[in-house]
Amino acid sequence: MTNSHAEVLLSVRNLVKNFELRANTGIRKTQRIVQAVADVSFDVKVGQTLGLVGESGSGKTTVGRSVLQLIQPTSGEVIFEGEDLTKMSFEELRHVRRQMQIVFQDPFASLDPKMTVGSSIAEPLVVQGVGGNHQDKVAELLDLVGLSTDHAKRFPHEFSGGQRQRVGIARALALDPKLIVLDEPVSALDVSIQAGVVNLFGDLQKRLGMSYVFIAHDLSVVRHIADQVAVMYLGKIVEIGDKDAVYRNPSHPYTKALLSAVPLPDPKIERSRHRIMLEGDVPSPVNPPTGCRFRTRCWKATELCAVEEPQLVVRSTGQQSACHFPE
Amino acid sequence: MSDSILQIRDLRVTFSTQMGELRAVRGVDVDVAPGEILGVVGESGSGKSVSFLAAMGLLPQSATITGSVKLDGIELIGAKKKAIRSVRGRSLAMVFQDPLSALNPVHRVGDQIVEMIQSHQDMNTHDAEKRAVELLEIVGIPQPNDRARQYPHEFSGGMRQRVVIAMAIANNPKVLIADEPTTALDVTVQAQILEVIQRVQQTFGTAVVLITHDLGVIARVADSVNVMYAGRNVESGPVQSIFDHPSHPYTRGLLSSLPHEGADRLQPIAGFPPNMLAPPSGCGFAPRCEFAIDACNAELPTLQPFDDLQTSCIRAVDLRIGGRS
Ligand SMILES: Nc1ncnc2c1ncn2[C@@H]1O[C@H](COP(=O)(O)OP(=O)(O)O)[C@@H](O)[C@H]1O
Ligand SMILES: Nc1ncnc2c1ncn2[C@@H]1O[C@H](COP(=O)(O)OP(=O)(O)O)[C@@H](O)[C@H]1O
Ligand code: SF4
Ligand SMILES: [Mg+2]
Ligand SMILES: [Mg+2]
Repeated sequence: MTNSHAEVLLSVRNLVKNFELRANTGIRKTQRIVQAVADVSFDVKVGQTLGLVGESGSGKTTVGRSVLQLIQPTSGEVIFEGEDLTKMSFEELRHVRRQMQIVFQDPFASLDPKMTVGSSIAEPLVVQGVGGNHQDKVAELLDLVGLSTDHAKRFPHEFSGGQRQRVGIARALALDPKLIVLDEPVSALDVSIQAGVVNLFGDLQKRLGMSYVFIAHDLSVVRHIADQVAVMYLGKIVEIGDKDAVYRNPSHPYTKALLSAVPLPDPKIERSRHRIMLEGDVPSPVNPPTGCRFRTRCWKATELCAVEEPQLVVRSTGQQSACHFPE
Repeated sequence: MSDSILQIRDLRVTFSTQMGELRAVRGVDVDVAPGEILGVVGESGSGKSVSFLAAMGLLPQSATITGSVKLDGIELIGAKKKAIRSVRGRSLAMVFQDPLSALNPVHRVGDQIVEMIQSHQDMNTHDAEKRAVELLEIVGIPQPNDRARQYPHEFSGGMRQRVVIAMAIANNPKVLIADEPTTALDVTVQAQILEVIQRVQQTFGTAVVLITHDLGVIARVADSVNVMYAGRNVESGPVQSIFDHPSHPYTRGLLSSLPHEGADRLQPIAGFPPNMLAPPSGCGFAPRCEFAIDACNAELPTLQPFDDLQTSCIRAVDLRIGGRS
């Protein structure tokens, strides 16, 4: 499936996003900075999917929202079809935004419960001032996501979880985007329902050729859907490359630990395989460890890891990883 | 099984709601042997939590509960409030997805464990404090002496869940019910917590009921499995058999809907779970089942022995020809 010669649609370069936290600690007012995303770069190719994985708080959502300019990055470039979105005026951005959409875990949270689903799906068309027959377009979109035309007249509460996600997808597709950021789009669904929505993403991509940034903490879903995978830890990409390279031959110790922690639905494998147990939790992004951010939980860490930050380096198996002592 | 430490028979829970009677649990049997880990898995809304909240006596007034729940032979349904209170937290303890719900934010965690011990045992404060530190050590909290003096907000999510487990095992319960204890945690922390639960089971011989929607978690730690759907237990048996040759189309569907290496497309189960205000009169899974025949809708099927499993599918024998899923 992976076409390494495909054109690049999106290039993120040296993306940084700091959040300022104001906390009142007694007499002193302190200002702390959360480095949610700390110098992240990646490309997304036309018609392909980049999977973004990592534990909660690693910065996945912040990357996704920065790509769409829903939040303003502290620094770095977001180059979409050759143009840097971070340097655009509001008016210019409005035009590009048509081409980029985002779908959340529960898109219904952002839908008006008093509006029919048809009107909600047509809303982006109205907002962007798109002409033509919206009713036909809505029917076409409903069909595309596996719902029936009658669903247009119904209200959000009449839909099940899986159907809701389909409505959210239909709405995201209304303006024929070239890129969709999917932020944990199936995490709230039962696996029996999730499978259908995951298939839908694949089918839509085949048919319409858009690219996805697929954010998920479920590594097996990402393995199924992605072409490339980026593994984030504390605001950094620690490993990135073709899915098969990363999953078959994880190079960064964190990737290896993460993969070994995922419970597999097979008692024989689960009871016989060697598991890497990481100690402790992810440190606070307010005060990340010096050098390699993973070193406080890494079984391979040495003095070097504390003093020198490892850079992403291409490995023999093809992917890049940022570790002084790769696997 | 008469040697069950926890035995549930024909448990039914109905909630009266504004929209009518919601039949959350519709006749569930559970047997937990001493020291075993029973995994309970199923679609969300299938009645997993409600079944065991009923067993714990933790449901609101709006719930009507019938059936029998016996802990070590003692009936809990219909028992006096005082009797239930002496069992809950002592012989039967429960941990939840959100550890904060079980912790008091303004008390030190050590004091909370001490209180838990002293509400069920006659132990002086000095000994109880020593025991609290010991418990924190058992669940893998570093520097337990210092940590005992800290407040819940000073702990990370994973460490809080350990504290809650320490509280739950404070009185050496016979059965520990863990309801999605790792669902809110990251996988690397989940692995740690599952290890703690296994350690508790191995060290103290505590029986564990582990409720989860994750078949991977079941595969890792459960000895036997109950699969729930629409307020019923649709299949149960030893963990290996459930994964190797599931008899119920729902279990099969669940297993084949998971992503696996090399699959081009995933296999969802069509449709969605029934509305429990008006559940199907026959097999609860029939509306989504590709093998359903008229007889499936005729009456509510009950668990029947099938190989080394118990299954509620009336077509289990016909479908066996299909073999492994
Ligand atoms: N609006 C915000 N203000 C302050 N901190 C934030 C904000 N949004 C995210 N963060 C912090 O940034 C880090 C990354 O968060 P997020 O991108 O949501 O991670 P993920 O999606 O991987 O779970 C976290 O530490 C989070 O608490
Ligand atoms: N307090 C309550 N009042 C009314 N209905 C409830 C209550 N608690 C749970 N339910 C309903 O009971 C059914 C079973 O819920 P639950 O046991 O929580 O499912 P799960 O298998 O996901 O744990 C669901 O339909 C749920 O909406
Ligand atoms: S750089 Fe050092 S601490 Fe970081 S992952 Fe590699 S070995 Fe571990
Ligand atoms: Mg997120
Ligand atoms: Mg539940």
